Amino acid sequence: MPLEYYLVLSALLFTIGVIGVLIRRNAIIIFMCIELMLNAANLAFVAISRSLGEATGQVFVFFVMTVAAAEVAIGLAIIVSVFKHRQTINVDEVNSLKG
Amino acid sequence: MNPEQILFIFFGAISLIGAIAVISFRHPIYSALSLIVTFFAQAGLFVLLGAHFVAAVQVIVYAGAIMVLFLFVIMLLNLGTLSAQGAIGGKLKGFAIILGILLAAEGIYIAMNALNDTAVASAEAAAESVTTTTYDIGELLFTKYLLPFEVTSLILLAALIGVIVLVKREGQEEN
Amino acid sequence: MSKELIVVLLVAPLVGFLINGLFGKWLKGNEKLSGWIGALAVLVSLVCSIIAFTSLNGGAAPFDETLYEWITGESFAFNIGFRVDALTAVMLLVITGVGFLIHVYSIGYMHGDEGYTRYFAYLNLFVFAMLILVLGNNYLMMFVGWEGVGLCSYLLIGFWYDKQSATDAGKKAFIVNRIGDFGFLLGMFTLFAAFGTLDFATMFDDAEADNFQKVFGASTLVVATLLLFVGAIGKSAQIPLYVWLPDAMEGPTPVSALIHAATMVTAGVYMIARSAVLYDIAHTGEVVAWIGVLTAFFAATIALAQNDIKRILAYSTVSQLGYMFVGVGVGAYASGVFHLVTHAFFKGLMFLTAGSVMHAMANELDMRKMGGLKAKMPITHWTFLIGALAIAGFPFLSGFWSKDEILHSAWGSSPLIYGIGLVTAFLTAFYMFRLIFGTFYGESRVEPEVESHLHESPPVMWLPLAILAIPSAVIGLLLGWGGHESWFHHFTKSVFPEAHHDASGNVLLFMVISSVIGLAGIAFAWTRYSKRAPSDEPTNAMHKFVANKYYVDEVYNSLIVQPIKNASHYLLWRIVDNGVIDGIVNGVAAIIRVIGGTLRRFQTGLVQAYIVSMVLGIVLFLAYYLFFA
Repeated sequence: MPLEYYLVLSALLFTIGVIGVLIRRNAIIIFMCIELMLNAANLAFVAISRSLGEATGQVFVFFVMTVAAAEVAIGLAIIVSVFKHRQTINVDEVNSLKG
Repeated sequence: MNPEQILFIFFGAISLIGAIAVISFRHPIYSALSLIVTFFAQAGLFVLLGAHFVAAVQVIVYAGAIMVLFLFVIMLLNLGTLSAQGAIGGKLKGFAIILGILLAAEGIYIAMNALNDTAVASAEAAAESVTTTTYDIGELLFTKYLLPFEVTSLILLAALIGVIVLVKREGQEEN
Repeated sequence: MSKELIVVLLVAPLVGFLINGLFGKWLKGNEKLSGWIGALAVLVSLVCSIIAFTSLNGGAAPFDETLYEWITGESFAFNIGFRVDALTAVMLLVITGVGFLIHVYSIGYMHGDEGYTRYFAYLNLFVFAMLILVLGNNYLMMFVGWEGVGLCSYLLIGFWYDKQSATDAGKKAFIVNRIGDFGFLLGMFTLFAAFGTLDFATMFDDAEADNFQKVFGASTLVVATLLLFVGAIGKSAQIPLYVWLPDAMEGPTPVSALIHAATMVTAGVYMIARSAVLYDIAHTGEVVAWIGVLTAFFAATIALAQNDIKRILAYSTVSQLGYMFVGVGVGAYASGVFHLVTHAFFKGLMFLTAGSVMHAMANELDMRKMGGLKAKMPITHWTFLIGALAIAGFPFLSGFWSKDEILHSAWGSSPLIYGIGLVTAFLTAFYMFRLIFGTFYGESRVEPEVESHLHESPPVMWLPLAILAIPSAVIGLLLGWGGHESWFHHFTKSVFPEAHHDASGNVLLFMVISSVIGLAGIAFAWTRYSKRAPSDEPTNAMHKFVANKYYVDEVYNSLIVQPIKNASHYLLWRIVDNGVIDGIVNGVAAIIRVIGGTLRRFQTGLVQAYIVSMVLGIVLFLAYYLFFA
C-alpha cells in the first residue's frame, strides 16, 4: 500500500479529532478527541517509519503513548476536581477567563 | 485487490466511522466505546504496517489502560444524569466544521505531496520490503534514545505525584 | 612638592566630610568630637599648604601634573590634574588658614545646634570643593569645584531649612549663580572649540603664540573671556547678579565669613587672575574694571543706609569684590589677588565678630537695638575695630596697602575709575564706622532681658578672632611694603603677564590721598553717629530709596520673576501642560480604552472560542506555507 493512503487516513482522523474538540462541550469527550489526534499522529509516524525502513518512528510512537498516558491521568484528575467544585464539566460553563 | 488493500480499507473505514462516532454520540460512555473500536482498528493498521510491537502496545496501553481510566471517570461522575451535554450551538459550530474541512483538505494535500519530498521518495524505493522487529526498537530505545527513554519515566513519576496532589487537596477541603 | 602632598591636602577635608556626613548619627552625642574632626581635617590641609608654599617660596618649580585620565575621547581628553603655582599657593593658604580658624570658631558658635554634624560635614565638603577649584589645572576641574562650592553655599545658606527665609535665600543664591554658571559653561565651550583642550598650560601657550581655532573670528577670545566673566559676576556677586549675596546672610554667620566673604565669592577674582593671559590678549579687562568699580560704588551706597549689621558687611563684601575686579581688570592682577588675601582676613574677622555679637545678643542683628557693647565685649570690640580700620584704609593696616595698590593701578588705566574708587573708599570708611559707633559706642539701646546675659564669647570663639586680627593688621605691611616691588608681587610674578599699565605718579602721594580719604570718612561718621543712634526711619526720599537697596529686588521681581511666573502659569501650565501634555496622555488612555473595549469582546471565557481562533491561525499558516511560500 502506498504511503499516501496512510497519511490521508491519518489527516482525516486528525481533523475529526480537531472538529470534536471544537464542537463538543463535554470535557471528557474533548479529551478523547485529543487522544484521537495523538493516534492520528502515531499512524503517520508508523507509516513513515515503514516507508523509510527504520524503527525510529516507532520509538517515537512509544514516547507519544507514554506522554499520552501521563496526560490522561493528570487531565482526568483535573476534570474530577473541577466537577467536584462546580458540579459540571461543560467547558462553556467554566468561563473564568471571560474578559 | 490484494488482501493488504482489503484489510487497509476495512480497518481504515472502521477507524473513521469510530472516530466520527466519538464526536457524535451525546453520551460520553458511547463515545468512549467508539474510541476503543477506533483504537483496535488502528492496531490492525499497525500490524499491516509491520509494526507488531506498536500494535501490541496500542491495545494494551490505549485500549486497555487509558480507556479504562476514561470509563472509570465517566462512571464516577455519573455524567449520564446531567442534561444537555451535546454540541455547542449555532454559528461557532458551523464555523468550526468549515475550519475542520479546510484543515482536512490541507492535510490531504500534504499527504499526497509527501512523496514529492526527495528524501522520503529516495528512501521509499530502497526500503519498501524491510520490516522492523521489536528487537530493533528495543535496541534503539536502550542505545540511541536511552536518555529520552529515562525521561519518560520521570514524566510518569511527575504525573503520578500530580494526580496524588490533586486528589489529596480535594480530600482535605472536604474535611 | 610631591604628588602625595597635594593628594593629602585635597583629600583631608573630604575624609572629614565623609566621617561627619556618614557617621554623624553616632557623633551626635559628642558634638565636640564632630567639630574637632572637621577642624582637624582642615588643619591637615593647612599644614600641607604651608609645606607646598614654603617649597615654592624656596624656588621649587610649580607643580603641574595629571593624576588620572577622567574622560578620554578620540580627539580630546579631560584629566584630573593639579597645578600648584604661586597663585594657587596663595589661595591655598587663604582657604585653609581662614577656613581652619572659622572651623574652630564654629565649634563654639554652633554649640547646641540640631544639625551640628551636618554643619561640619557641609563645611568640610565646601573646603574640599574650594580646593578643587583652585588646584585644578584645567577649566573643567575648576568648574567641578565651582559647582561644588555653589552646592555647598546653597546647602549652608539654607542650613536652617525650617526657616522659610533661609530656604528662599538658598534658592535665590542657587538660581542666580546658575545664570552665571551658564555663562561660565558657554565660555568653556568656546575655549574648547578654539583650543581643543581646557588645560591651562597648553591653552595659555597657544594663546600667546596665537595658535588656535578662531571660532568667532578675531573676537574669539573676547567672547570667551566675557562669557567667563559672566560666571565670575554670578559667583562673585557683581552687578547685575549681586542680589543673592545679601540674602545669603540667612546662613550661619561663620558660613557668611568663610563662604560669602573670604573664599567662595572670590572664586571669580581667582578665575580671572588665573586666565590673566587670555584677558590680556583679549583686552576685555576694561569691562571687568568698569563692572567692578560700579559695583563697588553702588554696593557701598546701599551699605550706607542699612541697619542690619550682617547686611552692611554683605554689601561691603560686594563692594570690596568690586575693588578686586578693578584690580584684575586694569591688569594689576597681583594687586587684585593681594586685595583678595587681605580682604579674606579682615572681612572674615568682621563677620566672625558680628557672629560673636549675635551670639551675645540672642541673634539680634539690628544695630538700632545695640550700642555701648564695648564695655561688655571688649575683645569683640577691639578685633572688630581692627577689621574696620583695615577695610577703611587706615594707614599701614592691611586694607590700606592692597586698596592703595589697586587705586594706583586704576589711575594708570583710567582716572575716572580711580575717582569713583576713591569716593567708594570714603563711603566704605563712613559706613564701617557708622556700624562701629552704632554697635559698640554710645548709649546702650539693648533690651533689658537681653542685656542681663550679655557676655563675652567663650575662648573657642574669641581666640580665632584674636588670631585673625593679627594678619588683618599686619599682613599688608609684611607682603605689600614697597608697592609694585613688594614681596607679594615678586612671589606671584611668574604667574601673571607683565603689567602693561602705567605705574607712574608719586606712590607716596597716592598713599597720602587714600589715607586722608579714609580718615575723612571715619571722621565724618564720628561727627554724625558718635553721639546719636542711627536714624530709625528714612528722613527723605533719597534716603528711603537707598535704604530699600534701590528697589533692585523689586525691579528684578517685576521684570524677570513675575513674567516667567506668569508665562509658566498661563502658557506652560494652562496650555502646554493641561492642554497638550495632558491631552496626549489622556488621549492615549482613551484610545487604549476603545481598543480594549473592542478586544475584550473576544475574551468570551469559552475555551472553544479560543481554540477556534487557534485552529484558524493554523489553517491560515498552513495555507500560506503550502500555496504562497
